[in-house]
Amino acid sequence: MRKYKYQIPRRLLQTGILFVFFGGNAYGWSVLRGNLSSARVFDTIPLSDPFAVLQSFSAGAVIASDAVTGALVILLFYAVLGGRVFCSWACPVNMVTDLANRLRRLFSLDSVWKSWDIKRATRYWIIFLSVALSVILGVAAFEWISPIGALHRGIIYGFGFGWTLVLMVFLFDLFAVKNGFCGHICPLGGFYSIIGRFGFLRIGYDREKCTSCMKCIEICPEKQVLHMVGRESGAVVSGECVNCGRCIEVCDDDAVNFINIYSNKIHTKCKEG
Amino acid sequence: MPERREFLLKTFKSLGLAATGGLAWSGFIEEGRSAPLILRPPGALPEKDFLASCIKCGMCVEACPYDALVLAKPGDSKPVGTPYYTPRTNPCYMCRDIPCVPVCPTGSLDKTLVSEKGEDGELRLNINMAKMGIAVIDREICIAYAGIQCDACYRACPLIDKAITVEYTRNVRTGKHTIQAPVVHSDACTGCGLCERACVTRKASIFVLPKEIAMGQSSERYIKGWDEQDEERMKEATEKVTTQTPRSGRKALDYLNDEL
Repeated sequence: MRKYKYQIPRRLLQTGILFVFFGGNAYGWSVLRGNLSSARVFDTIPLSDPFAVLQSFSAGAVIASDAVTGALVILLFYAVLGGRVFCSWACPVNMVTDLANRLRRLFSLDSVWKSWDIKRATRYWIIFLSVALSVILGVAAFEWISPIGALHRGIIYGFGFGWTLVLMVFLFDLFAVKNGFCGHICPLGGFYSIIGRFGFLRIGYDREKCTSCMKCIEICPEKQVLHMVGRESGAVVSGECVNCGRCIEVCDDDAVNFINIYSNKIHTKCKEG
Repeated sequence: MPERREFLLKTFKSLGLAATGGLAWSGFIEEGRSAPLILRPPGALPEKDFLASCIKCGMCVEACPYDALVLAKPGDSKPVGTPYYTPRTNPCYMCRDIPCVPVCPTGSLDKTLVSEKGEDGELRLNINMAKMGIAVIDREICIAYAGIQCDACYRACPLIDKAITVEYTRNVRTGKHTIQAPVVHSDACTGCGLCERACVTRKASIFVLPKEIAMGQSSERYIKGWDEQDEERMKEATEKVTTQTPRSGRKALDYLNDEL
């Protein structure tokens, strides 16, 4: 069970959020209404996807205060928390891409197929494109094609052909690029990388305990953030870390753990890579 | 390769790829956006503003007690994730408390567009102010226009005698009957579509279209002098409009004789 001490709660949270949203639409539950784009908690507290609101602003929309407040609530929450907690604890696409990744590992596909060479920075270019196209076309550009939206809207309100988008992401991750969508393409992930850069909840690494088995690097969906493993003690400072805790689960030496980066002195001395 | 040159080339490559992706992406969006035959919930902003601000959360859909509103799914050939309704199967039932509007977090559904000032000066919701679309009638298919008595749409209309009236004319074909023809009035019609649902012909001969599709737009020069309201428009006209064509600069006699 220790091997899944974060993965089980993550899956419960990811599916639980969708389930409560689904119940909100189908049975009229008031816990959460709406979807991951915008929602209300107990019909009072507004929550909104800050990236979607940013695109709407870029499209020239005058947005009512509810959505703006909601976006600020979410923005603040993830900025304080740190890393891309949204990606690995809330986003349903994470379950799709993790499944693709699991299959890749199960059949050792990485040793057979060479992953396409796509830069991880592609996602920041796509953020730029999302905003630019929103300005030019007057619609929230990424929301128009987002597989994330297709998946959560699909589950809550009905899929239509939306499942094809989700299947595309799955096949892309399975056959084309390892961690392709979440780790390279998704502008929402890129957006949260920037937001979560200075949050407190980070991964700390202890060189003293490490036996350099490199299992953490093997499992990590954002390997570049663990550049200090095997070299020096330190904390993950990159916002690209999704805080999924898989590295902690696979470590047999207790060398990796969640830390509060502002109170933990050992780990504050580190460089960004 | 010199570092600066490599850097420039890499930047060009990224820009080029971004442009490629951006063009395909915007083509896809334009394709979906050019389907304007969509009926929005009451209080919706003009389509352009609506598309810019709607966050696709579906809270209006959840609030609709008749499940008339749905979110456009991929494959519906409509702007994906945005709310609409289909009158023939499930029209807008014009709830008096308009539950779909106040829940909108972005203001894409604007309360003020479906509210009026009461006597105490406070805004009150009034669904009759909704302008979701307008019903149009195919007079060739409508059986009432053919002389058969049918007032299904008239009876179904929540604004009976305002949005739909029945006009009586002599049936010249038989010489001794009345034609009781339904007529839609654009000032009162909300586009709810209850008439479309009630229509008895196989494919509805009264149906709702978005107003900007179904209606024309007059120009400044055509003002009905006998209509006080229309004459107001004359005051708004600021400049004298003169049409310039290749001929207008010349004398009539000259260009009329050109072909000789």
